[in-house]
Amino acid sequence: MAMFIRVDIDDAVRQDGDLCKQLIEVCPVDIFTLDEGGRVSTVEDNVDECTLCDLCTDAAGDGVRVVKLYRE
Amino acid sequence: MSILVDRDTTFIIQGITGREAVTMTRELLDYGSRLIGGVTPGRKGRDVHGVPVEDTVRAFTEREQVDGAVVAVPPAFAPDAVNEAIEAGIKLIVVVTENIPRRQVAQFVEYAKQEDVRLIGPNCLGLISPGKTRLGGVGGAAESTRVAFQPGVIGVMSRSGGMTTEIANSLSEAGLGVSTAVSIGGDAIIGSTYAELMPLFDADPETKGIAIYSEPGGRAEYELAEYMAESGSKLPVVAFMAGRFMDEMPGMRFGHAGTIVEGRADTATEKITNLAAAGIAVAERIEEIPQRLKERIEQIEGAS
Amino acid sequence: MRFYEFEAKQALARRRVPLPKSELARTPEEAEAAAEQLGGPVVLKSQVLSGGRMKAGGVKFTDSPAEAKQAAAEILALEINNLKPAGVLVEERRTVEQEYFAAVTWDTRAKRPVIIFSDMGGIDIEEVAEQHPEHVARMHFSPSRPFPDFSAKLAVANVGITGGALNALSRMVAALAGAFIDHDLTLAEINPIGRLDDGSFVALDAHMDMEDEARGRHTALLDELGIDDPEARKARPPTQFELDAAANNDADPRGIAGNLVEFDGNIGLIIGAGGGSLTLFDAVRAAGGKPANYCEIGGNPSVGKAAGLTKLVLSQPGVDKVAVMMSIVSNTRVDIVARGVIKGCIEAGRDPAEAIAIFRIPGSWEEEGFVILDKYGVEYVDRSVSMHEAAARAVAKVAG
Ligand code: SF4
Repeated sequence: MAMFIRVDIDDAVRQDGDLCKQLIEVCPVDIFTLDEGGRVSTVEDNVDECTLCDLCTDAAGDGVRVVKLYRE
Repeated sequence: MSILVDRDTTFIIQGITGREAVTMTRELLDYGSRLIGGVTPGRKGRDVHGVPVEDTVRAFTEREQVDGAVVAVPPAFAPDAVNEAIEAGIKLIVVVTENIPRRQVAQFVEYAKQEDVRLIGPNCLGLISPGKTRLGGVGGAAESTRVAFQPGVIGVMSRSGGMTTEIANSLSEAGLGVSTAVSIGGDAIIGSTYAELMPLFDADPETKGIAIYSEPGGRAEYELAEYMAESGSKLPVVAFMAGRFMDEMPGMRFGHAGTIVEGRADTATEKITNLAAAGIAVAERIEEIPQRLKERIEQIEGAS
Repeated sequence: MRFYEFEAKQALARRRVPLPKSELARTPEEAEAAAEQLGGPVVLKSQVLSGGRMKAGGVKFTDSPAEAKQAAAEILALEINNLKPAGVLVEERRTVEQEYFAAVTWDTRAKRPVIIFSDMGGIDIEEVAEQHPEHVARMHFSPSRPFPDFSAKLAVANVGITGGALNALSRMVAALAGAFIDHDLTLAEINPIGRLDDGSFVALDAHMDMEDEARGRHTALLDELGIDDPEARKARPPTQFELDAAANNDADPRGIAGNLVEFDGNIGLIIGAGGGSLTLFDAVRAAGGKPANYCEIGGNPSVGKAAGLTKLVLSQPGVDKVAVMMSIVSNTRVDIVARGVIKGCIEAGRDPAEAIAIFRIPGSWEEEGFVILDKYGVEYVDRSVSMHEAAARAVAKVAG
């Protein structure tokens, strides 16, 4: 279970095939993956490795949000 | 003043597209270093944070003055990269790469000597003259480098890259600051030892004292002690010796490759005795270094 | 990585260095058979990666196969400096008229390899060098050019040897230097070389150390010598705890959280990196603390790796708290390590606020790291608290 970071992905992003691919490509710690339905989701084991590099939000804008649980 | 480098020193990074080198490039540019290019074979025409990339070192040296090179390529390719830089006529080479076998290090060290090239490392974080320039990752991000390395009067030489910053920080906090700090490398054979850099600090009017970080293994501290006795150097030197616990564990290697104790003379205890005999103060803690230096500088200035 | 005597001798045999006939035995019965085969008196030598073999009783001289069997049983059962022998070398015993010393090693100060030769072999060479300097010759050679055979000759001639002996000994020294260069050794030593009653020379004992960094280039030699345990070739064999830490480190290529060495104390250490860990280990001991381990973290390890190491260190019997300390970091990130150690505590079923005695890692991303530490109630300090001071606070806390 991730304890420090949560990554929220909007449905609009999940349905955008190109964007999904881009997310998988940019994240340096492999937080994004495709689920069986071909939609992007997060890899629970990797979420806490997030480096806060913002490459995903640069790619997807507001459609992806990296939440620091320790600041909540 | 500073040693080896100044504000105008131009240099390139070999292996600039590697993961760590990309970060280093950003940090060096932020610090104001004159990083003019990078080399990665096959990547000609690209850029890293706006720094142009070429396939060869000569592509740069043929069109402009290149004073230095930082070698940050994997160990298998590092010796060739160093040789390429020497052959292209670069006179200051900083080898960041670690885990290069000793024989290959000795080979390029020999070549560098023949060609009058100043080699720093391998297995080091480079050097910095605070407020002027920096070659290599020592200090990390530009902002925190400025905090830890304030311009000042102490020359620093360290076998540990990380401890270079820790010591500089203590000197900066105490108001002494740093003239030039050199992470000389943690390997058994390195391009420039304490004793080989001392004459440069001796000749630098701004440097008033020297702090060194030392470890078990090798004979570099003896060489320094001899230099201090023979050269008549006026600079007060304060040393910190880490790894005292290793005296009880001969043959084991901790930290750097160069720390393995191969003879009685390599131990921390023997080195401390020898340094002290040469008039070099040995601090028990990092935070004692600035105070010990201040006292000795005052003594010297009071006497003259 | 150190070679056993029998391995070093095999490497020398490939270079035609003359050796006494010998046989490696792994059991007393094999030793008996070897002695039978060799005929005549033999010497049995413990194959152990430790000096002081003779003094410890690891070398025995026998005259019959039955005696050899008995002696081998004793040697095989004998641990020297906590190291078990890999076997016993059964070697024909010859009459030695004089002993010589030959070694090739690195002179890290001259930054070149050096041949050391003496006609007073078999004893501590450092002592000979102090008391009889004229009996020790040193000859440097270039690491770049092909090995100059004449430098081997010069080394031998410089202690006053001439005639047939000069040529025979020079050949042995040149072969030793060849092994040193070709195999990336840090030490190649024959001590002693013996001059036998028939005037010939043989290598009676040999010692070789290969540089760890270069091991990957010499798999052919290592295979040929049957060496498949390079990791175990330390000054002492690794413990299970150390092997687990190595596995945790190897599981993920990002950064380093390893080089763990077990000690017999009660304060767990998560410290780094190269020089910082040496300084901090000393600092803990100077403050009266007893470290349960040495380790190194650095190179920006992943959260998972730091967590795995923390869990492991906390799992040591007698370890209740860990101290997490580094010198000012530039490449490793404070927030990532903070996440890792907190996660490690929680996965170990421990409250981080109570299990982490102190967190002293200043440097890159420290603001973010300190927010995390605050949230979990972990005591942390910034760079204004020195490494020694932080270590002293941790020791005081562990002492209660
Ligand atoms: S911020 Fe960077 S590391 Fe974190 S999820 Fe986005 S891309 Fe991955």
